[in-house]
Amino acid sequence: MAKKKTIRTIPQERTPMREEPAEERRRNFSEVACGYTLEQAQREAERCLLCPDQPCVRGCPVSIDIPNFIAKITEKNYHGAYDVITDTNLLAAVCGRVCPQETQCEGVCTVGDSLEPVAIGRLERFIGDLAIAEGWTNIPYIEPNGLRIAIVGSGPAGMACAADMAKAGCDVTVYEAFHEAGGVLKYGIPEFRLPNTVVDAEIGKLIKLGIKFECNTLVGRLFTIEQMIAEMGYDAVFVGVGAGYPSFMGIPGESLNGVLSANELLTRCNLMHASDFPKHDTPVQLGRRIAVIGAGNTAMDAMRISMRLGAEQVHCIYRRTKAEAPARAEEIHHAEQEGIEFHWLTSPVELLDDGNRGVRGMRCIRMELGEPDDSGRRRPVSVKGSEFEFECETVVYAIGTNANPILGQTSKLKLNKRGYIDVDDNLATSIMGVFAGGDIVTGAATVIEAMGAGRKAARSMKRYLGLRDTDVVYRPERIGSDSTLFGIDLGERNHARLHEVRI
Amino acid sequence: MSLPEGAVVTHPGYEIVARQDFSDTTYLLEFQHPMMARAAKAGQFVIVMANEAGERIPLTIADFDRARGTITLVIQAVGKTTREMQQECRVGSRLHAVVGPMGIPTHIGTSKKVVCVGGGLGVAPIYPQARAHKQNGAYVIGILGFRNKALMFWEDKFRACCDELIICTDDGSAGIKGLVTAGISQSLEKHADIDEVVAIGPPVMMKGCAAATRERGVKTMVSLNPVMVDGTGMCGGCRVKVGDKVLFACVDGPDFDGHQVDFDDLMHRLKRYVPSEKQALERWQESCRIRGDAAMTQV
Repeated sequence: MAKKKTIRTIPQERTPMREEPAEERRRNFSEVACGYTLEQAQREAERCLLCPDQPCVRGCPVSIDIPNFIAKITEKNYHGAYDVITDTNLLAAVCGRVCPQETQCEGVCTVGDSLEPVAIGRLERFIGDLAIAEGWTNIPYIEPNGLRIAIVGSGPAGMACAADMAKAGCDVTVYEAFHEAGGVLKYGIPEFRLPNTVVDAEIGKLIKLGIKFECNTLVGRLFTIEQMIAEMGYDAVFVGVGAGYPSFMGIPGESLNGVLSANELLTRCNLMHASDFPKHDTPVQLGRRIAVIGAGNTAMDAMRISMRLGAEQVHCIYRRTKAEAPARAEEIHHAEQEGIEFHWLTSPVELLDDGNRGVRGMRCIRMELGEPDDSGRRRPVSVKGSEFEFECETVVYAIGTNANPILGQTSKLKLNKRGYIDVDDNLATSIMGVFAGGDIVTGAATVIEAMGAGRKAARSMKRYLGLRDTDVVYRPERIGSDSTLFGIDLGERNHARLHEVRI
Repeated sequence: MSLPEGAVVTHPGYEIVARQDFSDTTYLLEFQHPMMARAAKAGQFVIVMANEAGERIPLTIADFDRARGTITLVIQAVGKTTREMQQECRVGSRLHAVVGPMGIPTHIGTSKKVVCVGGGLGVAPIYPQARAHKQNGAYVIGILGFRNKALMFWEDKFRACCDELIICTDDGSAGIKGLVTAGISQSLEKHADIDEVVAIGPPVMMKGCAAATRERGVKTMVSLNPVMVDGTGMCGGCRVKVGDKVLFACVDGPDFDGHQVDFDDLMHRLKRYVPSEKQALERWQESCRIRGDAAMTQV
């Protein structure tokens, strides 16, 4: 047992992660954050105090045993660290990259009270990447239980639910409307933040686990949720289709050519490879000056991808201040480094026609913060007489999404007032055997929250189907690679060993 | 750290089982998809991606055969994708991706007397609507518009489900000389009890049809086909102005009240990607020319 660490004995500075220089990366699509080396991970892991209070675990939506996995890193037991993470989190390589750690685990880290918090996200990514690169762990033996499960949507919620149900011995099929699986991880989050190879590596493991993916399938229209239960023989269905339906503001000029949603921009680029036009057929025609409305993660992605597509200027228009911006701090920081210009306390009032149904600019108004609103954030109010014009040729809306209407149109699923699927505390919907989670229940949220919902739904589904909630009957045999799933070690052996240690 | 290549999950493709060429530019493709053939209803569309590097393009379903398990599309070769498909798609070849049926099916209501108008690329997709209205017991008047007689197709299919069929050609080489709106006026005069007009075709034609019925207040439905990416309500590229609302054609349509649709807005928005489309077409034609030359040299 190492001697007890104190705040004075640990490395004081947070270990920096190498990033591609902003000047180069702003014009290419390679991943910005390069990840920790072994030595860097070691050093950063030393910064964890292993405090008994463990606020980080409570700060994590899926309650990863964070001090435990960090301790394994300090012991150089990387596989062990991987086992700990994958006890609760399926997508270590993904979440380490895209979780908003500063408002979750790192936001409540004890070290953070006096120094920079432990870089938990970077350590998680380090382990996730190592697991993929090394192809660790065991070929699972899953006792089939004969139950058939359908998952609607192959994004993070669906993948998490599918993995847990497959581990429980169910025959799982995932339906996806696009021609490739992965959901928002594929069409939404850009390559420079989450490489598609990482997503595909994780999906590959799901396939190895026996999960079937059916792409090009629009559930609701090709067949209905009710048909899945009544005719197609599924014992339970999980709906994790995401929110979809992008919002616009309803100001004049929104139908001008040159105005598009961030979803459209990102889908054209990430899924349809518009940056490779005309080698790939899908174009994305951006102007020289691009204004993105909104300051969430999607807005940051849209701005940074615009820069990479060759824009001369990229502007962020947000009606509140940087402090209220919903994006991860790191994303805003990266965007600033890459030369994106932020216009805080600014709101568009009209998009201006260039005379040819294109955009020549936008008229904006200055805002100031007034009294707090329902969300607790100070409400932005417009400053009278502060309107000004601003030149740009492309306007991208990244101000959130509404509920996708397709399942409401095609099933008897009970929806709430805002059109999202109504569920009880167990994520059960109004239709027996049908569960739902992720953005289509909560409205737009994060990857890890969607995964958390997928796993919660899986627990409910197992109870509904009368399955033991203790996961699977395994007969693990260690034969090389490809037996982890988003990092879940599919052998019980490691888990059992951990439990012994804990006892 | 380099990561190994993972599995990209894709479908093996959808086999083309029939092809028919109606003219130099118009061709029919019938592909196998039994589940879609069972689900498809009049008025719905599919999104097709012809090959791995292809665009996702929306095409209205022209016919579906539940017994054969097939879906039929009638395509006009206008841009790069549709011309390339004209060249590459053969019986036995496969479409990389097809998703559908998409959109809200046409509401086949209680209309007793219905005029179904199809012009140009809208002739094929109006067929399932005419047939559905006929099966619903309505008296169906078909009005089909072509540039000339040589471009005509499916007259027999329409005759089988229409009580009256009016052919309109620009040059008068078949039927009456004039636009489909002339056919609509003729029908409206002959029948005082028309409940509904359904029009599918180029936006300018649908605009004309809506104008032709507006004064008499005859319900007029149109099917819109704006630029789309996903077709599931996610990108918002297909937003259209209908009355005082902005709606997404893919999930709120594609059928809308023709008297409410802002067609000028639609026509402008359809031109969004014209520069890119032109660039793609020119590049493709150049590559065809080079390949053609190479083939000639080999001979």
